Amino acid sequence: MTTDESDAGWFASVPPDDLDAARDAIEGGSAEVPADWPRLAVASGFAADAGDYYDRLRESTLHAAREAVAERERADDRQLIHAVRAMDDCERVANELAERAVEWAGSRFDGADSGIAGARAIAEREPDDDLDRRVISLAARAAALADERDELAATIDRVAPAVAPNLADMAGPELAARLIALAGGLESLARKPSGTVQVLGAEDALFAHLSGRAPSPKHGIIYTHEFVRGTRPEDRGSAARALAGKLALAARADHYSGEYREVLHEDLRERMATIRARADANGDETGDGDE
Amino acid sequence: MSSSALPAGVERREIDGEARLATRGTPVYGEPTDGEWRAWDPERSKLGGMFELGFDVGLSGGETVLYLGAASGTTVSHVADFAGATYAVEFAPRPARDLLEAAEPRDRLFPLLKDARKPETYAHVVESDLDALVQDVATRGQAAVATRNARFLADDGRLLLAVKARSEDVTAEPDDVFTEVLAELEGAYEVLETGRLDRFHEDHLGVVATPR
Repeated sequence: MTTDESDAGWFASVPPDDLDAARDAIEGGSAEVPADWPRLAVASGFAADAGDYYDRLRESTLHAAREAVAERERADDRQLIHAVRAMDDCERVANELAERAVEWAGSRFDGADSGIAGARAIAEREPDDDLDRRVISLAARAAALADERDELAATIDRVAPAVAPNLADMAGPELAARLIALAGGLESLARKPSGTVQVLGAEDALFAHLSGRAPSPKHGIIYTHEFVRGTRPEDRGSAARALAGKLALAARADHYSGEYREVLHEDLRERMATIRARADANGDETGDGDE
Repeated sequence: MSSSALPAGVERREIDGEARLATRGTPVYGEPTDGEWRAWDPERSKLGGMFELGFDVGLSGGETVLYLGAASGTTVSHVADFAGATYAVEFAPRPARDLLEAAEPRDRLFPLLKDARKPETYAHVVESDLDALVQDVATRGQAAVATRNARFLADDGRLLLAVKARSEDVTAEPDDVFTEVLAELEGAYEVLETGRLDRFHEDHLGVVATPR
């Protein structure tokens, strides 16, 4: 779908009146620098004059945007769950294979780096014999799986805001997808109380606590959020509670209305500013007694 | 402060007994109208706020414009009412659906579902030497977005930017954030005018600049 004629206008290989070709060119094309496209389009015969060019551009951009909006709105939470699980599988298997390839390569070549980067370097080598070929091929497969993981991450970045605009904005696309996956869907996430959202992903710690063996976990997967991780340890419980509360509201807004609600995000930012201000107040107050 | 002339196509008109900014076009978000004129609410639009506060935006009407962060099309629909070719960039699909509705009755408003942080993904569509770049994106790195998109502006073009302090850093003082953003902008732009938009938008800075 992508045009490789870099730095050409979107209309370069679009037959007149072919709206789907125009959509592909608008969505998939790219250029480092813009140019006087209306003039070039007229010069190339794509349009009769500037007015005609703008009419075609209008028709094409409206069509492309309409189709893209419809397509992204068809994306649902099930697809997001598959994507995030596949991404995790790819990452895990890529790392395992890379480690195996690097270890093997270390017995045959000098100076192999560890991990995916090492596998990529090995994959570039020229084989001298059949065993080399096997090692290099294995490394290439690990590298390709790591690429697939990155592609899946990019897909999640695109799909999550369509499925859950508030949650994706608040948590970031990846954490939003993980929360939805852990809850088993956007609807079941929307039904969960914020205390459950707070410890999603910390089930082991939670059950240890419930059977009396451990303190209650302060946070689950939401630990990866900057608001929790970037807050000093004594305030992390408050930060996790505040974030979980707003994430639960964001999931409900996404499931029940689907509209972006700016006020939710403002509220969370204010709450976080208050919690973090405690650290500036020289810690004479520890993170309790809020809410 | 309010000495700067409004562009042709933007007028101060009496609507519902109040003198309000207005442009001529199809209503978009339930705004009050007077015949063909529709009120431009400075509380819902950063650029509207900049006009209301008398910024010298250097527009006279009929300009070519790139609008980053078009969202539901509230502001960009007013821009398209008085400007010429107007490219509206928005990444999120849900607001883009409303943007499409604002774009349909306007013949020179071009919606693009693109990420404003990646201008190379729309430089094959958006023309060069634009008269104005309007930016209202609520993400971290607002100065970087403006800098990367400077490639679209004519030498004497104008950047009309609304900086949202909280998008950069929720915990920092807005003034410190603004100082940092302006310092980063200086790499690609000469800043001509700045002013707080607090009367209409809390913790926002309006900036008028021109490429270096």
